[in-house]
Amino acid sequence: MRISGWMRIALGAFVGLVILFLMAPLVVITLFAFDRSNVQTFPIQHWTLSWFSVAWHDQAVRSAFWLSLKAGVVATVIALVLGVLVSFGIHRFRFFGREAVSLMLVLPIALPGIVTGLALQSAFNLAGTPFSVYTIIVGHATFCIVVVFNNVVARLRRTSDSLIEASADLGARPWQTFRFVTFPVLRTAVVAGGLLAFALSFDEVIVTTFTAGAQNTLPLWIFGAIRLGQQLPEVNAVVVCVVALTLLPIAYAAKISSSDQTAKALA
Amino acid sequence: MPTSSLRDRSGAALWRRPWLRGLATLSPPLAWFVVVYLTSLVLMLITAFFQVNSLTSQIVYQWTWSNFSEIFTQSVYGQIILRTVVMAVLVTLTDAVVALPFAFFLAKVARPRLRQFLVALLLLPLWASYLAKVYAWINILSDKGVLPGLEARFGLPVTHFAYSNTAMWIVFSYLWLPFMILPVYGSLERVPDSLLEASADLGAGSWFTFRTVVLPIVLPGIVAGSIFTFSLTLGDFITPLLIGGSSSNFIGNAIYDSALNGGNLPFAAALAFVSIVIMGVYLFLARLAGAFEAL
Repeated sequence: MRISGWMRIALGAFVGLVILFLMAPLVVITLFAFDRSNVQTFPIQHWTLSWFSVAWHDQAVRSAFWLSLKAGVVATVIALVLGVLVSFGIHRFRFFGREAVSLMLVLPIALPGIVTGLALQSAFNLAGTPFSVYTIIVGHATFCIVVVFNNVVARLRRTSDSLIEASADLGARPWQTFRFVTFPVLRTAVVAGGLLAFALSFDEVIVTTFTAGAQNTLPLWIFGAIRLGQQLPEVNAVVVCVVALTLLPIAYAAKISSSDQTAKALA
Repeated sequence: MPTSSLRDRSGAALWRRPWLRGLATLSPPLAWFVVVYLTSLVLMLITAFFQVNSLTSQIVYQWTWSNFSEIFTQSVYGQIILRTVVMAVLVTLTDAVVALPFAFFLAKVARPRLRQFLVALLLLPLWASYLAKVYAWINILSDKGVLPGLEARFGLPVTHFAYSNTAMWIVFSYLWLPFMILPVYGSLERVPDSLLEASADLGAGSWFTFRTVVLPIVLPGIVAGSIFTFSLTLGDFITPLLIGGSSSNFIGNAIYDSALNGGNLPFAAALAFVSIVIMGVYLFLARLAGAFEAL
């Protein structure tokens, strides 16, 4: 297949249009966050920073933010521990049902999120568990494990087992091998997996809707406000901050792994 | 070993017994998944066969098919299921059609620098907050929004997409597009350039090469991406609620309404059962197309 000059230009133009389509919404919300008007209309007439200050002083936004942060941090820690363990288990050992275990890990993201959410709600309901920050954490940790697993198992596959044998041959004890060989090799993959898990948790709405009860995480507060059509300029400022806050860890995760591997790990 | 510590001995013991190591590493995550996830799924599936007493609004723990017969006899649920599935298929096809040339450009035309830049640009909307993107589209499509504003300024016919199924189609296709591009790009990257050259040297035209060489290699990538686009559309209730019109209810909205507003958990569970079956059929078809090697 020879790619002719015309085809190159046509493809390039198409790619440009798609990029415009992908970026336009992000540009739009960022611009509208600085719109002074109460009703968001285009083109923007006057500019202001005041909506950020309104959002900053809003008690509801603050408590929602803290709840999201708490749930995200704890869920990420659980997902890291369980995700690293299961990566080792799947990578190192051949056992009956290995394929089934990998499939099970993907289920929470392969099945629609609403199924996971409703399943957890049914279980909490039957067990008589009241909704709390812990019920949110349980849901988030469950779908975050696979993100950590994807990152760590990919790194394990690229790491040669002979490194570990060499370490043992040179007299290292198993714990020393883990401390000085295995862990340093995995470190960036673990950190990247953790950052992605946090970003996923911080932004999640669908499962959280079913496991939060009357509590508001930040995404739930945003969802409620958009739905009721209230405080929209404030919502806009909050939403821009959330985007910035999620993209920071992602950008860092991308930086510590090399670009090509990240593209696959993030997907 | 005269002075070996407990730590060394336990390490050595683990080293000699691989099954013990396997058990130690695998049991905590498996326990979590079995206790939290699988048990919940099973409980939900069982709940689907219970019913709510309409007077006391308590769940009656008695086996019944009534939720399912209601779903399959009342035409409103048939319409909702049909609308959801048709939208999921449409969005999947749209994203596949857009992703193929895009990924081809990334993998085979763009120089490494441009490729890196474009991949970074893809990750931006992929990871930007879901609600932020949906909210942005409300501001773009609504009657006083950006799109009608621009159209008016340039003297174009003004569109009224807001709160319609068309709006939902645009927004869903937007939301899941990166989920399709990345796996397709991944599988295109594995096609060596020499394969395309060989095809051309043997006299095949571009279209013929695309159809007989590129497409078969890329198909598992497309199917892998389509699992995301299909599943994510199937389970959504937020975009239909915020972007769709008055008659845009999805299965997700019906589940949301019965579980959270109607207090009818068994009926919601039955609807979720239906979405699991739909997804199961889709995954089965995907497996036939050989998608799982690419996941």
